[in-house]
Amino acid sequence: MRVVIAEDLFLLRDGLTRMLQAHGLQIAAAVDNGADLLAAVTADQPDVAIVDVRLPPTFTDEGIRAALAARREVPGLPVLVLSQYVEQLYAHELLADQAGAVGYLLKDRVFNDDQFTGAIRTVAAGGTVLDPEVVQKLMVRHSRTEPVARLTPREREVLGLMAEGRSNAAIAQRLFITEKAVSKHAAGIFGKLDLAPSDDDNRRVLAVLAYLGS
Amino acid sequence: MAVLTSPRRTRPRFGPQAGLVAATRGVAFAALMAAGIGLLTLIVAAVFLIALGAGILIVGSGGPHEERVLLAFLAIGTGLSLIRFALPATLLGTRRLARLTRQLAGDWCGVPIAERYTPPPAGKLTYTERLRWLATDPVTRRDLRWTAANLLACALAAAPAAIIATGLIEFIGPEFTRLIPPPAFPGNTPRTLVVLGLAITSVGVLAAPALLRAYGLVARSILAPGGEAELELRVQQLTETRTEALDTGAAEIRRIERDLHDGAQARLVAMGMTLDAAGQIIDSNPDAARALVLEARDASVKALAELRALVRGIHPPVLADRGLADAIRALALDASARISLASDLNGRPPAPVESAAYFAVCELLANVSKHAEARQTWVDIRHTDGMLRIGVTDNGHGGAEPARGTGLRGIERRLAAFDGVLAISSPPGGPTAVTMEVPCALSLPKTSSC
Repeated sequence: MRVVIAEDLFLLRDGLTRMLQAHGLQIAAAVDNGADLLAAVTADQPDVAIVDVRLPPTFTDEGIRAALAARREVPGLPVLVLSQYVEQLYAHELLADQAGAVGYLLKDRVFNDDQFTGAIRTVAAGGTVLDPEVVQKLMVRHSRTEPVARLTPREREVLGLMAEGRSNAAIAQRLFITEKAVSKHAAGIFGKLDLAPSDDDNRRVLAVLAYLGS
Repeated sequence: MAVLTSPRRTRPRFGPQAGLVAATRGVAFAALMAAGIGLLTLIVAAVFLIALGAGILIVGSGGPHEERVLLAFLAIGTGLSLIRFALPATLLGTRRLARLTRQLAGDWCGVPIAERYTPPPAGKLTYTERLRWLATDPVTRRDLRWTAANLLACALAAAPAAIIATGLIEFIGPEFTRLIPPPAFPGNTPRTLVVLGLAITSVGVLAAPALLRAYGLVARSILAPGGEAELELRVQQLTETRTEALDTGAAEIRRIERDLHDGAQARLVAMGMTLDAAGQIIDSNPDAARALVLEARDASVKALAELRALVRGIHPPVLADRGLADAIRALALDASARISLASDLNGRPPAPVESAAYFAVCELLANVSKHAEARQTWVDIRHTDGMLRIGVTDNGHGGAEPARGTGLRGIERRLAAFDGVLAISSPPGGPTAVTMEVPCALSLPKTSSC
């Protein structure tokens, strides 16, 4: 799998490159600003772009705008945005086109390399990955209102993990239950929230996020 | 609490309609003048009663001794109690009238007049504290001077209405009713009278806008801030707010230092020690060493989370990235309450103002969710006439009082550092509306190369 990295801090760019190479990913380009990112994604056609939110010259939300611009340039380009902090506002903007192949994670998640490379693969395959911290805020917002309040604690756990973009298999592994139990919970949740059930993982994430984000 | 100046500045135009409107407004100004004179009369009456009592005691003419003393004390007593009531009533009343005049001068005469009262001291005021606050404000003297001078100045405002009335009643009136005798001068045929009446009336109508504006200018010459006493007061205000701003800044820095010391710094030390221990046993006991390394990794995640929370409290990233409106939008997304935002900001206020405004809104929204039991909150941000205005309104149960809690006072003090003001309206039963105003200029929106 070919990856383009946009990260302005040398230490992090270098560390990320090494770690991904150690996991068998190929680094097509590692750049330190938004303009170079655009050039790299059009020239190299990578499978996924990993972009830091803060990039020169403004060091504000340059990365978000660069990621959205890159997706306009190369439609459907999988983009994983990394940030020192996560904001629902930015998550909304990244997910707005409903096309999937988007990830938004705290930089801390890089430390857990298995989960991190898992997230990269999910995004590259067209899936959606959302940081647990964003999902937690979404859940808190809905926890006291119907019908989320009617979900059992277990169902709420499963809903949160679905919103993070995890597959049934990943949820089963995480909660130490069988995949069959997960699909049963998922069906229950979709029934209570009045959402159309879907076997497609990505469509499921988007449905759940659209629900929680409303 | 300072008044919110109206952004409207409609200058009366010429023409019959504008003239009639201006004449009517002149009459309204005359009514304000009469009210002011009435208030002054209260004091005069009280002083007169006291003087009368003293006079009866000293001169001591007429009637038996006991009756005289009784009468004298009755007069003095009535005078004193009248003074006790009339003094604050007159001071507050003239202040209200002067403020109304300032506002109307801007709205009606096209002559906006700035206003700068000393803010009331914190807490609930006793009678004497209140009186001292009112009496020591140099603007009070200005207001009193205006109330007296208005008696003459008002001629300007009321003249058009008087001229129009004269033309209509004295000259045109006799043509239509016998009740009014025609004015006696040679050649007063009904025809000339009507022509003269129309001429007089139109002079009044045409002159009204200019005279109203002249009245506004006279009002400004007396009511606008200026003069040494007020400059001194301004210096004193600036010194106070500067001291408060510095104190708040220093306290913030101490808090940040403490948070870093107890939080991230301590965790980094622990991580170093854990990693050191892992290094020592890595050959003898690789499994235990791996466990220690994982522990260090978890500690680093916690340290990062703490740093993030700290940074958010100092200067939220979205505020830095996107400015006030988006930062509050992000706040609204995170909140569990329903918050809707309307903003017409076309640029960004200076960073310190932006930050103060953001944290003020944070605190107000926190207040709403803690106390108001509101179903919905509206935040409204706009910038007009060099003034950033933010309204936070909720449909909760109201009854918020700045005097009771320190929160609103704190916001007020922090805004004061930027000459900003806060006004609150929160009747029991709601709704609560808080309006903040900070004078500032907007910088153009940042453009990016991307």
